Amino acid sequence: MIKRYLSSLALALGLAAATVPAFAAEGGEDLPSAGANVADKASLQRGAKLFFNYCVGCHSLKYVRYSRLATDLDLSEDEVMNNLNFTGAKFGEPVISHMPADSAKAWFGKDPPDLSLEARAKGTDFIYNYLLSFYLDPSRPVGWNNTVFPNASMPNPLWELQGLQVAVHGAAKPGEEAAVEKLEIAQPGRMSPEEFKGAARDLATFLEYTAEPAALQRQSIGVWVILFLVALTFLLYLLKHEYWKDVHESH
Amino acid sequence: MANVFSRIGDWVNERAPNLAPTYRKHMTEYYAPKNFNLWYYFGSLALLVLVNQIVTGIFLTMNYKTSAAEAFNSVEYIMRDVEWGWLIRYMHSTGASLFFVVVFLHMFRGIMYGSFKKPRELVWILGMLIFLVLMAEAFMGYVLPWGNMSFWGAKVIISLFGTIPFIGDSLVQWIMGDFLPADATLNRFFALHVIALPLVLLLLVVLHLAALHEVGSNNPDGVDVKHGPKGNRWDANKPKDAIPFHPYYTVKNLFGTGFFITVAAFIIFFAPTFGGWFLEHDNFTPANNLVTPSHIKPSWYFTPFYAILRMIPSYFGTAIWGVLGMFGAILLLALLPWIDKGEVRSVRFRGLGFRIALGVLVVSFLALGLVGAGVTAEVIPAWFPGVDVTTWENAFGRLMVLGYFGFFVFVWIYTRFGFEKTKPVPERVTMHD
Repeated sequence: MIKRYLSSLALALGLAAATVPAFAAEGGEDLPSAGANVADKASLQRGAKLFFNYCVGCHSLKYVRYSRLATDLDLSEDEVMNNLNFTGAKFGEPVISHMPADSAKAWFGKDPPDLSLEARAKGTDFIYNYLLSFYLDPSRPVGWNNTVFPNASMPNPLWELQGLQVAVHGAAKPGEEAAVEKLEIAQPGRMSPEEFKGAARDLATFLEYTAEPAALQRQSIGVWVILFLVALTFLLYLLKHEYWKDVHESH
Repeated sequence: MANVFSRIGDWVNERAPNLAPTYRKHMTEYYAPKNFNLWYYFGSLALLVLVNQIVTGIFLTMNYKTSAAEAFNSVEYIMRDVEWGWLIRYMHSTGASLFFVVVFLHMFRGIMYGSFKKPRELVWILGMLIFLVLMAEAFMGYVLPWGNMSFWGAKVIISLFGTIPFIGDSLVQWIMGDFLPADATLNRFFALHVIALPLVLLLLVVLHLAALHEVGSNNPDGVDVKHGPKGNRWDANKPKDAIPFHPYYTVKNLFGTGFFITVAAFIIFFAPTFGGWFLEHDNFTPANNLVTPSHIKPSWYFTPFYAILRMIPSYFGTAIWGVLGMFGAILLLALLPWIDKGEVRSVRFRGLGFRIALGVLVVSFLALGLVGAGVTAEVIPAWFPGVDVTTWENAFGRLMVLGYFGFFVFVWIYTRFGFEKTKPVPERVTMHD
């Protein structure tokens, strides 16, 4: 009986496990991990500061309210309104960039997208690597290109921090353009490469938070929910065991 | 106090004398074989998930806006500004995927232990109808958030009807109410998703259970307990190897429920998108008819059927063969009671051929899921650099299509012409766990 029960259990678990590699295979390109930790409040605060200094000029976060930022990032209303809100919006209003849509189209060829959900659509690792991968390319309309997102319309907003990066091309195959082999800093910025990686990580972390503010709540509540359910399931097992005693005795 | 309750009970009984007997018939005096194993949890779990979908669905409709202009924003509003809205939405989205996990395992149980065989054909047919309605329900629910994958998924799936000769194109427009999935499509899908299909689903579930309780449950040994010795501790005329559903299986299923909810909670609280499988990356971008996602693919639970569609090529200038193959894959399952003519129900006592065929069915189904989800398209170039991915994928996928349909062909020949060498079936159930 035990053997049959175990083989049955093994089959069920095997079927469940068979689907796991399929799930694991999802996830797109193999970009280096950002190492983002959305529970790290200091990182979120630094990321927010970077976002409101370098990004909000063009990009909105239309699903994110300033008031919610204050709550979730442990900031006071004054801190948010004085240090992050440069658009004159009210505390309860969402983060809307002031860039005129018509001009944006003329300047960049397309509207800068809203970034509220960018981390869920593209992935936190994508944002991190994208921010690290801008290089000067005179052939592009705004003079910048990106190895993670080739021919992006966006110039490097963080060039002052990172410095100017250029591409080192490999040997071109006949009839093809030379592929980018690696990127090099041609003129250093205000940050060292390591510091800049930290800045990109903070920004990516902040955008992971804006994509799902509930992540902070669900992870902290989740631990207690699981503990409760494990205890409940154990009690239910004892209940079942108690009731089934007479079934087991009857033969 | 007890007196008050018994007086209320008497009052109801006088006015509805059939209520208590009905309860007894389906609960305390519904005798189920006592050797149910792990596989018998999934029926009750399916019911649990159905209730979860209805309750969380009611709360979602309180804040969801049915319009192409507002649907996406309203879902984000639920995720951010509605108190506990994120939890309700994750319970609903995770529930949808777990519904299919549970239903697939429930169906596999039925095939494995021959639960579809006489006299339970009606139970099986009603179950297959539930599965069909569930697929329609899930597809329409997937469109409602109006993300980019909602839009393109809807476009691809509805276009399948366009392969029907002569009327195809007009039919597609009629279904969408427009030339593209649009506001009209979203509104009618909402109506079908929140009221029409759930009503049908509930009715079918009631019929499924009623039909089951007429003939009684099968068990892992496939032995008819009704034909075995009579007399148990509760009733001298009822099968000796059966026990009352309540309280024995209600408490057992409560334990199963506890375990299942723990797993579900882990997903809801720690991996709600499940790596892009339960909630897809491309669906966090609003619907846009000008931007096609790089890989259009349906939700994971449709991928085996979608792969059958993709793997069957066009002939005579029409792609309808793939569509027929896809629906045929479901129809063949429904016809299983007449395809599998074997007298022995449970895989425990069936011939080696059936066991192998069942394994092939499971492997093909899972492999087709990987093909439909685009996993093979990623894995093949990674494992075998330099090969032609399309050729390899098609070869692999078509082999698996052959495996899936081969199961039905093999089982029919195997059982119709008496090739199956079964083992002796015991008189009574071998004892439970």
